[in-house]
Amino acid sequence: MIWYTAQRLLWSVAVMTITISVLFCLIYVIPGDPVSMALGPRATEAMRSELMTRMGLDRPVLEQLWRFIANAFTGDLGTDMWSRQPISRIALGALPHTLLLATLGIGWAALIGIPLGCWTALRRDGLADRLLGVFSAVTIALPSFVVAIYGLLIFSVQLKWLPALGAGAAGDIADQARRLILPSFAIGLGWVGFLARMVRASMIEVLSENHIRMLRAFGLRESRIVLRYALPIAVIPTVTIIGMGFGSLLSGAVLIEIVFNRPGIGKLTYDAVMSRNFPLLTGCVLVTTACYVLCTVAADLMVARLDPRIRKSL
Amino acid sequence: MHALVAHPSGAFASVCVGFLILVAVFAPLIAPYDPTGIDILARLQGPSLAHPLGTDQLGRDVLSRIIFGTRTALLASTVALGASVVLGTLFGLIAGYGPRLLDKLLMLVFDSIKSLPLLIMALALGAVLGPSLTTVIIVVIIFTMPAYARLVRSQALVLKQSEYVLAARAMGAPITRVMFRHILPNLFGPLIVLVCMDVTMVITVESGLSFIGLGTQPPSPSWGSILNDGFSFIRQGSFLVIAAGLPIVVATIGFNFLGEAIRDILDPKSGSRS
Repeated sequence: MIWYTAQRLLWSVAVMTITISVLFCLIYVIPGDPVSMALGPRATEAMRSELMTRMGLDRPVLEQLWRFIANAFTGDLGTDMWSRQPISRIALGALPHTLLLATLGIGWAALIGIPLGCWTALRRDGLADRLLGVFSAVTIALPSFVVAIYGLLIFSVQLKWLPALGAGAAGDIADQARRLILPSFAIGLGWVGFLARMVRASMIEVLSENHIRMLRAFGLRESRIVLRYALPIAVIPTVTIIGMGFGSLLSGAVLIEIVFNRPGIGKLTYDAVMSRNFPLLTGCVLVTTACYVLCTVAADLMVARLDPRIRKSL
Repeated sequence: MHALVAHPSGAFASVCVGFLILVAVFAPLIAPYDPTGIDILARLQGPSLAHPLGTDQLGRDVLSRIIFGTRTALLASTVALGASVVLGTLFGLIAGYGPRLLDKLLMLVFDSIKSLPLLIMALALGAVLGPSLTTVIIVVIIFTMPAYARLVRSQALVLKQSEYVLAARAMGAPITRVMFRHILPNLFGPLIVLVCMDVTMVITVESGLSFIGLGTQPPSPSWGSILNDGFSFIRQGSFLVIAAGLPIVVATIGFNFLGEAIRDILDPKSGSRS
């Protein structure tokens, strides 16, 4: 298990190094240097040279790359050109909003999707099972930003049940919670169908295994067999999916945050793109990628911990 | 084809996808107006006989824009996934047949790409390369290609040990002939399933990036930019939002159902309903 953990951590360092290098190449090497892009065509030579020195672009490329990688791994993402604040502070300030949104999205999806998948697995090929099949395929395919816009149109504009935009007044927990309902619904809907489908398939497989047959032969109640013996095994693949899904939700939250005009790392990235603030954009991409990679590694480690078959094979 | 029509969701998916392809091909013939033609006096009109889906804030006919937007969505999907399949197949065959070290290196790069947040990286690439449909296509190629390469590699590793491939090698067939003549035809089935599933992703990315202004640029019609037009005037009228969102819904559901139906037909044991 220690060797496996070290392997996964090494892999995450490799992925982060590749990401940082690719970002460096994209932003600092390809034509259209970030200084011209940031200052625009009217910038004087003096302004350009001052910004180049401030960004360290007057040094050799390899030195810049090394500094870029070393600084990123030590958490120094540079200083924002406009607000003059450390980028790590700005990005980490926005991150909790996105984490909360993603947690709520995948949380309600798991709370509904897992029991739904379990229930339909016990009624295989029945009407409920067939309806779940259609529901899953539809919700998985629907883009979350379209669900968000339709949700906004129905519940905010037409019915006026829920507030439309923003994250709510600071300190007003009830208002903030109300403003989270629609975004978390939009971001989690696809995951309800996906998790239900995963748990259903996994549950059907587990229920046909020999140890479950033996429990039935011993006369245990079906509900006890399902909840005590089958479900803990059937949800193991779902843990990996939730872990990786959480990472992808951090990325998918971009469009939801833009639609609902919510603060978050996605909205911050979008604003950085629109204002051509490349250092901030780089910082946001690195923070999101780090979260994404950490989620994947955490999911892998959790599965190895939960599943004795994987643990023994390590 | 018969199996597809007989499949519960395959028939529905075939109708949806077939309809979209016909609309894209015959767009100039069926669109009632020029999709970029501005008529400021007719702005933000509701559905009528003259404009069945109404008009946008510049008086452009929404139906015509949606019809031509179908072309944009399917063009992006075809070009991006075509390039992805070709590159992925090539890299997959190299990884499966090449030296072990090269295989490991390619897999590390592909795993790394898979671990990157798609939309955030799309924003970064959009900022660097400039917002355009080409940027969307490049993003899709970068992010979908590893899946094709992985699929081809894993199949190639299995197939290269099969008897007919070993026999071909023993008879002196060069490695390129074995790859393209004997292994590649066996990969078509899984590749088609993956392509159908990925069309949903391409349409989501293209319309999503166009929605926030980083994809197809105005005045070119795209479902995402039409949806953004409607979203900006959501309080004035809901028809524009509903009309612009529907083709995205139909296309994503249609291609997803089609992918699942083909998967069920090719391998009934691995189907979603197994």
